Amino acid sequence: MFESLSDRLHDVFKQLRGHGRLTEENIQEALREVRMALLEADVNFKVAKEFVATVAEKAIGQEVVGSLAPGQQVVKVVHDQLVELLGGQTATLNLSGRQPVVIMMVGLQGSGKTTTSGKLAKLLQGKGRKPYLVPADVYRPAAIDQLTILGQSLGVPVHPSATDQDPVAICRQAVHAAQSGGYDTLIIDTAGRLHVDQELMGELARIKDAVQPAEILFVADAMTGQDAVTVAEKFNLDLAISGVILTKMDGDARGGAALSIKKVTQRPIKFVGMGEGLDALEPFHPDRVASRILGMGDVLTLIEKAEAVVDKDKAEKLAKKLKKEGFSLEDFLEQIQQIKKMGSLEQIMGMIPGMSRIKQLKDMPKPDEKELVKVEAVINSMTIKERRNHAILNANRRTRIAKGSGTTVQDVNKVIKSYTEMLKMMKQMSGKPGGLGAFVGGPKKKKRPKGLFR
Amino acid sequence: MLSWFKKKIGGAQPLPPEQAAGSEAPTPVAEASGQQEDGASFFLRLKDGLSRTRKTFVRQIDALFLGKKQIDAELLEDLEEILIMADIGANTTQELLEKTREQVQRNELADGQALKTALKEMILDYLINADRPADLALPAQTPFVVMVLGVNGVGKTTTIGKLAHKFTQAGQKVLLVAADTFRAAASEQLQIWGKRVGVEVVAQQAGADPSSVVFDALDYAKPRNFDVVLVDTAGRLHTKVNLMEELKKIKRVMDKKIPGAPHEILLVLDATTGQNAISQARLFNEAVDVTGLALTKLDGTAKGGIVINICHEFNIPIRFIGIGEQMEDLRDFEPNEFVEALFAEGEA
Repeated sequence: MFESLSDRLHDVFKQLRGHGRLTEENIQEALREVRMALLEADVNFKVAKEFVATVAEKAIGQEVVGSLAPGQQVVKVVHDQLVELLGGQTATLNLSGRQPVVIMMVGLQGSGKTTTSGKLAKLLQGKGRKPYLVPADVYRPAAIDQLTILGQSLGVPVHPSATDQDPVAICRQAVHAAQSGGYDTLIIDTAGRLHVDQELMGELARIKDAVQPAEILFVADAMTGQDAVTVAEKFNLDLAISGVILTKMDGDARGGAALSIKKVTQRPIKFVGMGEGLDALEPFHPDRVASRILGMGDVLTLIEKAEAVVDKDKAEKLAKKLKKEGFSLEDFLEQIQQIKKMGSLEQIMGMIPGMSRIKQLKDMPKPDEKELVKVEAVINSMTIKERRNHAILNANRRTRIAKGSGTTVQDVNKVIKSYTEMLKMMKQMSGKPGGLGAFVGGPKKKKRPKGLFR
Repeated sequence: MLSWFKKKIGGAQPLPPEQAAGSEAPTPVAEASGQQEDGASFFLRLKDGLSRTRKTFVRQIDALFLGKKQIDAELLEDLEEILIMADIGANTTQELLEKTREQVQRNELADGQALKTALKEMILDYLINADRPADLALPAQTPFVVMVLGVNGVGKTTTIGKLAHKFTQAGQKVLLVAADTFRAAASEQLQIWGKRVGVEVVAQQAGADPSSVVFDALDYAKPRNFDVVLVDTAGRLHTKVNLMEELKKIKRVMDKKIPGAPHEILLVLDATTGQNAISQARLFNEAVDVTGLALTKLDGTAKGGIVINICHEFNIPIRFIGIGEQMEDLRDFEPNEFVEALFAEGEA
């Protein structure tokens, strides 16, 4: 796993205690770390270089604020600068002008144009537009079928393209078809192509001339490396793209490509693809991607992950049940199973800010998946009566449970202890209004606190 | 052990499967008569496919080395830029440069040219694994089952199409299995490839359980004497726990049906991917023990330097590289020729 930038800077600045001001000398090493962090996140070499220079300019001469360690202060400067570069103007789709408007999706092979076209159609449909999907990829086998199937599942009409047609002709026809069909938004899914393929790049330019798109969206894979700059630059040069969609952000890529692309094209990143579902297209949050590029804990991702696995109905039922009957060992077991669904414990811990530093402490117990299996086994070896009322667990019963679960009495005691501790916590929380319900799930909050990163 | 397609790709020299399976001595097919010629043209074609890679990478390096008689800090700095821009990664670049610096200090490297040779050898060192050769090993009994996996959009299905062509050219009877039941029209895509190459495709309706598709496909393959079964799995991000579990299950089902299968687990990586490729390799490897890599989309300007780290860290050999959209655009990976082509002087 990556060490986060703040942890690394923490070490760099250890020797710097007592310096009241960030100077050119004492900041050099820190800037080297910043640069490494950016490069590890796939930010383009030249972009990273320039970025570090800007940060140096801003940081040098700043007084070290009392409450912040110098390392944190540098992180803050870096983070703010990143957000500024990534963000800028708010990015919405430009759907005004002559109707029907045309949105053109362009990009390399496998960047996710077709899937994103489907997602975009769904998003626009939800906003009351009448989208019309146009498959213009006549090269990749079954690309037209793919968009047709997506359109069917969304209830969005798809232009009947055929592989023996010329893509430019398809697009022209599609505009007429949309006009007569009463659709107001065309989404053209073009074939993936290499930026060095002059012939196919020329085809895109011809489509552009033929349909006069209001938006040309460059679809880019968040996992792209150094080459992102070259590709984005070429697409922008040939087509003057109007925005960027970053896909596959639900993986663990740090997404430095976002910065590179933004820097060379100066076009806003409008959406990010967050999953394979057709509703997994979200607006772009500069602050979250900035934290991610720097390898800092991503609390919001953690919350989202939790939301994804925690069954909402179950959680609500649990909250209600807790009010009436309290938290039983059965519920405890269910919670553990849900935690397991979120992925490996180490991965979860990595997402909690500051956790990576705690992990380095010697006495910190390592998260152990086997422990969870043990806990499950222990609870499974209890009778229903015992699970509902742990108070009856006397020494005799504990011995039996230990035997039944293949553990020791100590293990059983440990489970019961952590359960009773949790029980205590729950009681405290359920005393407050909205306590546990909001904690374990509750209605999904659409609005998230801004700039929550540390 | 046998080299399957080594040096055969151009030559019409199909090897009957029974002969291949039965031959006792591990004679590499490479010794065939047409080899000399084929080897040369292969080299040319590889270089041709890599020409863009080569142009940017090699030109830059050459420009750097030729003008410089002396090795100084500036040269090393420029070298760092080139290596990082090739996606080799910040850490590995530091490592390589550190070694270079040491050699310079010991006065082992006289000039830029010597530095280049040393660097070439270091990269080669990362690419070659002594204990895991890049040639595919032939199982004692057919079918030879290959499971192809990777994240979304790296080119799994295309690679399978090309692989099928390669195997067919080598005289093998190939079956394609559409175990990507998730993505819209994925099985149609594979079926079109099947038609192009002229091989059978087993597919079920969309949404079917991939494990059951594989189960039925192997049932179908066994009595019909297929030599090679290529299984196309759905693209998945390596961080999705449940999807990785699904992969494990597919693998278990294969082993149940044909003990020892899958004989090859091929992870497809996109050359444009940056440092995340390491995470992909790590997690896929943890889940199902990847036995080989295919590096696709090398015909763009991306250099795919990240594979150096993956070869090195996980000891997984690179088997194929994809350099275009045509059936023939899949090449065996040759570390020597790969690095050679990368560093070749700007002829051609």
